[in-house]
Amino acid sequence: MDTLTAYPLKLDGTDVPMVRFMNVTKKYGALTVLENLNLDIAEGEMVSIIGPSGSGKTTVLRMLMLEQINSGVIYVDGRPLTHMNKNGALVPADRRYLRTAREPIGMCFQHFNLFPHMTALQNCMEGPVQVLGLTKREARERSEELLELVGMSEKRDQHPSRLSGGQQQRVAIARALAMRPKVMLFDEVTSALDPEVIGEVTNVIRKLVSEHSLTMLMVTHQMGFARDISDRICFFFGGRIEEQGTPDELFGNPKRERTQQFLSAVKSAD
Amino acid sequence: MAYLEFLAEFGSRFLDGSLITVAQFLLSAALAIAIALGFGLLKLARHWVVRGVATLYIELFRGTSLLVQLYWIFFVLPLFGLTLEKFTAGFLAVGMNLGAYGAELVRGAVRSVPKGQWEAAYALSMSPARRMWRIILPQALVIMLPGWGNLLIELLKATALVSLISVTDLMFEAKQVNSTTFLSIQAFGTALVIYYVFARFLLTPAMRRLELSMARRIGKA
Repeated sequence: MDTLTAYPLKLDGTDVPMVRFMNVTKKYGALTVLENLNLDIAEGEMVSIIGPSGSGKTTVLRMLMLEQINSGVIYVDGRPLTHMNKNGALVPADRRYLRTAREPIGMCFQHFNLFPHMTALQNCMEGPVQVLGLTKREARERSEELLELVGMSEKRDQHPSRLSGGQQQRVAIARALAMRPKVMLFDEVTSALDPEVIGEVTNVIRKLVSEHSLTMLMVTHQMGFARDISDRICFFFGGRIEEQGTPDELFGNPKRERTQQFLSAVKSAD
Repeated sequence: MAYLEFLAEFGSRFLDGSLITVAQFLLSAALAIAIALGFGLLKLARHWVVRGVATLYIELFRGTSLLVQLYWIFFVLPLFGLTLEKFTAGFLAVGMNLGAYGAELVRGAVRSVPKGQWEAAYALSMSPARRMWRIILPQALVIMLPGWGNLLIELLKATALVSLISVTDLMFEAKQVNSTTFLSIQAFGTALVIYYVFARFLLTPAMRRLELSMARRIGKA
């Protein structure tokens, strides 16, 4: 582990990013998936991560929500996520700290991962009741509002097996939002969907971007969608950010050769 | 002696024995389920010592004969100052033995709940205990129910061994009737049919119905 005193216990100042990766390295065994990643995401910013498979893009999200890192520090909302304060020094977080530090983060998955033994409404109420300690009535109100937002009110008493992929993904978005996250992670949320229902999910995300000040981080293969709604695009290659910029910069005038190759390969596949 | 006469004379003994068998079955099944759940989950623990304890238990009770275990509990434990009622010793031995098999069922079912479910529960910041209880176990239950149907039939038949420590169950009564009348076909035939009826017409349909209703609850039927 690198010298952690070099990292601040808390990020102070006027423009503290909502998410900060500082020299983050992630390995799976001997394989280094991400090396010395530095990435700041501002509050309310929508950042899309694109890149070929194996470039480490999904790992960026998984480190925030599900996995531990090998070195570096991740901050969320100015507080270290991967480390905790012990006698004025940063030490690697234990499991309990990690779990609670991740409460301000919500995540949606490629395969939805709704709880099959619960209805759409129960799926949304589960976190608020079991983790946030809301009463059933409060959780129900909040969940019904969110199911309304994603257009799933009518199906609220259905189990996931009775819902289409697009409907399941919309419920999954409502379930994540019910925890009132500050940061939302979307991990290839349209990749498992039939083409004709992709629109219903992207429309929900569009709505979130235009009507809410959530900070969002999205891994996607849908270049058009990413270009439309993102504030910034990061192109990952070989475990590093090869190039980043506004959608117009990156799609309109990519500077790096690998970015150009990737974008033209994606375009010709379309 | 016609079979009806045989039943008229000994029917009540078979009935008494059957009731004891049912009691042995219910108590040992409850014990087996509790043990299976406990040791099955311990076997999934993060700490190797905890896992080791579970492995030791499962290996010990699955790897040795139920009859020997029964004799240990009833004949050997008293030498160490622990004397048990034969009825208690009976269902303890059967429950502890079958519970070891059940633990493997629980462990396997919990592990086969898709990884995405664990991650989704974690992403809601659920504590490990809550995640297990609210999200994983209900789904694992559906996966392991067919296995349990099988195991409970095994358990029912295994209770016949308690007759060997003179618990007056169905098998014990059948042996008693046989030794006083020498009507072996009638005595053991009756026992055979009763065990079969229990297993085939009570236990199997009950488990099938439970499987269906659980599957329906998670929307798989």
